Amino acid sequence: MTGDRMYPEEPAGPFDPPPLSFVDRDDRTIEIRPYPPDAEGEAGEAEFEALVEMYTAFDPADRAQGIPPSREADVRSWLETILGGEGYNVVAWDGDAVAGHATLVEDGEAYELAIFVLQKYQGSGIGTHLMKALLGHGAANGVEHVWLTVERWNRAAVGLYKKVGFETSDAESFELEMTAQLAKPE
Amino acid sequence: MKVLLGVGGSEDSLRALEDTVERARAAGDDLTVAVVENPRSERTPEEVEERVRAVLGDAGIDADVRRVDGDAGSQIVDIAEDEGFDMIALGGGETSPMGKINLGSIAQFVLLNSHVSVKLVR
Repeated sequence: MTGDRMYPEEPAGPFDPPPLSFVDRDDRTIEIRPYPPDAEGEAGEAEFEALVEMYTAFDPADRAQGIPPSREADVRSWLETILGGEGYNVVAWDGDAVAGHATLVEDGEAYELAIFVLQKYQGSGIGTHLMKALLGHGAANGVEHVWLTVERWNRAAVGLYKKVGFETSDAESFELEMTAQLAKPE
Repeated sequence: MKVLLGVGGSEDSLRALEDTVERARAAGDDLTVAVVENPRSERTPEEVEERVRAVLGDAGIDADVRRVDGDAGSQIVDIAEDEGFDMIALGGGETSPMGKINLGSIAQFVLLNSHVSVKLVR
């Protein structure tokens, strides 16, 4: 994953930044909030623990390219890395429980994206809302270029990425690499 | 065991070098190191060969070290099959800033084409 990436000319978005809420297809009220809630603030311990709980409950069959890690200690250190660096995170909440998490991790001038939705919340439209909220949150903070890799057999994920404006930039590997250029916020 | 290690200079290939040399020392493997061209690596073949010889020297292992020109994946598979190797050892991929494992292009080719067992070092 080195070298110059190609980004689509057609920008993705603009998308509304969080916080926002919606009712999912299973009638659950889901709130999407940035993590931490504001740029200077810190998220509370309860919120961090709720994230750990989601990832330790995560179905190992839904892991992709080694993440999320399976052991709780590894989940904690992985979360500390991706939440603690120069990046942007949004979390989908069902009350006090985490339904999903999406993250942009700094990679030089660009950001690497990943999204995780807990199994019992999959297929109810949360992934699409979470993606749009993350891209809206990133764009509001000056993020322009985003990339990701996805296993090419993961059609649901590839479909979601295309829907919000990602295009394939490298199809020569086991994993597809996709990129997006974010529209300036309105 | 007769082991062929391919090293192109990426970080994961250098980890595979350390690990495979240590394993060869412990198990008494008959090790051959192929220094291959990896267009994605910033290290020159000369630098890679120097590193290989240093690691072998530190471990006190006498291994055949070869420079292999041309397409790395196909050359490694050819050498392993033509010369009766039992195993190919390669770097097992780099991790992205997110922590995702991304397998290198040489490893991908070797995995899909080799009739000799392949070990990816993590």
